[in-house]
Amino acid sequence: MADTATFEPVHETGRDAAAPHAHIEHDTNTGISNTKLAMWLFLGSECLLFGALLTTYLLYKNPLPGQGPTREQLFDIPFTSASSFVLLMSSLTMVLAVAAIERSDHHRMRIWLGATAVLGSLFIAGQIYEFTTFYAEGLGYTTSRFGSAFYTLTGFHGVHVTAGIIMLVSLLLWSLRGNLPEHRSETVEVVGLYWHFVDVVWIVLFAVVYLIP
Amino acid sequence: MAVADAPLALPSGAPSHDGKVLGVFTRAQRTTGWRSWITGVDHKKVGIMYGAAAIFFLLIGGFEALLIRMQLWAPRQQLLSADVYNQVYTMHGTTMVFLVVMPIGAAFANYLLPLQIGARDVAFPRLNAFSFWCFLFGGIFLNTSWLLGGGADGGWFMYAPNNGVLYSPSHGIDFWVLGLIITGIASMVSSVNLIVTVLNMRAPGMSMMKMPIFTWMTLVTQFLLLFALPVITVALFLLMFSRIFGAAFFNIDDGANPLLWQHLFWIFGHPEVYLMILPSFGLISEILPVFSRKPIFGYSFIVFSGVAIAFMGFGVWAHHMFVSGLGPTSVLVFSLTTMFIAVPTGVKILNWTATMWGGRLRFDTPLLFSIGLITMFTIGGLSGVSHSIAPADTQQTDTYYIVAHFHYVLFGGAFFGFMGGFYYYWPKVFGYMLSEKMGKWNFWVLFLGFNLTFGPMHIIGLQGMSRRYYTYDPNFGFDIWNKIATIGAFTIALSVILFIVNIALSYKRSKSLPPVGADPWDARTLEWITPNPTPEWNFDPIPTVTRVDDFWYQKYEETADGGLVKVRDAKDIVQDSDGVGVHLPSPSYWPIVLAFGLPIVAYGLIFSWWLCLLGGAIIVTAMFGWAFEPPDDPEAAHGHGHDEAGHDDHGSAADVDALEQEVAPVG
Repeated sequence: MADTATFEPVHETGRDAAAPHAHIEHDTNTGISNTKLAMWLFLGSECLLFGALLTTYLLYKNPLPGQGPTREQLFDIPFTSASSFVLLMSSLTMVLAVAAIERSDHHRMRIWLGATAVLGSLFIAGQIYEFTTFYAEGLGYTTSRFGSAFYTLTGFHGVHVTAGIIMLVSLLLWSLRGNLPEHRSETVEVVGLYWHFVDVVWIVLFAVVYLIP
Repeated sequence: MAVADAPLALPSGAPSHDGKVLGVFTRAQRTTGWRSWITGVDHKKVGIMYGAAAIFFLLIGGFEALLIRMQLWAPRQQLLSADVYNQVYTMHGTTMVFLVVMPIGAAFANYLLPLQIGARDVAFPRLNAFSFWCFLFGGIFLNTSWLLGGGADGGWFMYAPNNGVLYSPSHGIDFWVLGLIITGIASMVSSVNLIVTVLNMRAPGMSMMKMPIFTWMTLVTQFLLLFALPVITVALFLLMFSRIFGAAFFNIDDGANPLLWQHLFWIFGHPEVYLMILPSFGLISEILPVFSRKPIFGYSFIVFSGVAIAFMGFGVWAHHMFVSGLGPTSVLVFSLTTMFIAVPTGVKILNWTATMWGGRLRFDTPLLFSIGLITMFTIGGLSGVSHSIAPADTQQTDTYYIVAHFHYVLFGGAFFGFMGGFYYYWPKVFGYMLSEKMGKWNFWVLFLGFNLTFGPMHIIGLQGMSRRYYTYDPNFGFDIWNKIATIGAFTIALSVILFIVNIALSYKRSKSLPPVGADPWDARTLEWITPNPTPEWNFDPIPTVTRVDDFWYQKYEETADGGLVKVRDAKDIVQDSDGVGVHLPSPSYWPIVLAFGLPIVAYGLIFSWWLCLLGGAIIVTAMFGWAFEPPDDPEAAHGHGHDEAGHDDHGSAADVDALEQEVAPVG
């Protein structure tokens, strides 16, 4: 979503010197930049994606008797609570990263972006650990309807988190190469929107999949 | 969406890097020749390509339809085996829905939407090109199944458990699933793109309630896509995982519920039928006022009935499932919602009729097709309301009565509207008129053929002839109606040939005729303020809009007694600019490269994992190439569009800056 056709007036000199600080005024009808609006729309669409996956899971959350382990036998609530906490904390660091770039504090922004990516990776590591443990305890992808639904739902979420980590790392590298000046701070904010969305989805998934009996 | 990490909108002209980054080629430059189509991001080029590709798929889908009708010409025919017949009707439905009607809607949306709101392009031009290539490659991928072991054979809605490997062991359904995921990506990306364009990029003064109706209907359509597509995407992924990895989603032995597929499919599928018809509704809402010389009757009613259709369209899906044993409560609820959704549609029919009422009608081809839509869609709508009565629907389910119904709404509705749109907008897009004489033949032959084909299906449907059966017995009494339908189908084919011949002949004739002029139809809306064919930069300067039908009211003023007086000639209003200094987004190689990676991954999932790696590598490369692509060449200001070499002159930077300032934001 790199290019837009907003045809903004050119900034006189170079990129950074005369560039306005964070949140340049966008000449759009809504006042929201094209990229941010596109992200909001995309996230609206994603709600239905996870909604449909969650529906499928709720339909299939109990395996047929004799078809492999059940939820009660597998789920390790304290462990998943810990990894959920890690993911939620990453939302905090993401907020701090956006706040830093808005203050033109590139150094801190990089630290918080890095921290967000690390926390996200920890969550993914936890998910991989969980999947391998469940597999070892007898729940394969094709073992039961529960296995298929559980791995698909949480796997889709894991892929979303991974895509988010790739975005964060790209931003970090960009910033280190000096390509993320303040007037483009909105990129960080837009990635942040995605990241928070993925976190919010996890809150719902954690509650519905793990906590509700 | 991993491309979201790309840099945001560069202020146009701000040089970011030296020309090459990470060894990636410099940005594509060509604005002429075949390369300009491959790398083009201009919404008009993308729109034309959408239309051309859709007509190509129309010929394929039409050929499949003729095969079906030839097979049913007489009882106990052996032209197609039962198995091939299954594949042909499945691919016919899939092609017509996903590769013809939806993309023709996208073609008009792409071409017209920025023009109708006074913008120079869509919000994300490269993503727009990506949408098109994705759709094209997805469609080609889907059709290559014919050469690689046979097409999908489960009907276009591909019910479980018939869609499992057990009942359909060929790769046809794999091609179907993956092809639809790819075209789904195309629609998804394009819906976000077009919604942002409409919400954010309207010309000064163009408030939402001053937008042309076509733009409104397209906006509603894109919202339907935005919220309906993820649901079918999930369904397709579940099916893909079931077929390729053996997941248990639709496997009855594992306690799966096949109704899950039906629900997911129709939660998408019913909004889908509205998103196929709404662009056509929009088109005829443009055509009717022009050829009646009256404003549209009840602008806000047309707009809000379209919005109402969209909302209610998400609450009626289970009327496709009345015979699946939903229980009386569900059946009752969905019966009622289905009856209610006829109301906003009826409002539209009334408004169109009232628009024509008392108007000075000019029976040119676009108006004929529009009236065709109103009448045929009304018939289809009435048979649709008969489905909302569950006991009647139980009788009609899976008979030719249903086939008649949805052809009356989708062919008699959507396609007639598109044909009207083709005739109406042809001079806008290509700069010459299609022959009126042949156009009228085109209409009447199509009208006759259409009714001959699908009218009798009401009767044989109610007599009990089932859909999707490859043949019937002589003593059923279906012979005569089937023969009429087959004759009708060939009449339709003749009409499509007439249309294509008309395009060719009119093009040839146009060379000896004077240019079409700016305003061939005495039109009303903003897109006609640009010359014909539309220049690359659309508007220069960006117009300021004061009311609905702005162009019309610049030409005409109302007298005290309600009459119209022409105050200005169209050619004094239509813009005449050479576009110098208008900065447009540069072409790019990456959309087509990125889209090309997707079918390769899909082939890999079916045949060999190594291909997945190759396709994945292409996709990752393309994404990073896309993200790191140097920004638009600051010196590629337009005004050199006629430069045969396709290279722009390189003026001094100061000159360019001065020119850029002139362009001013379009908001």
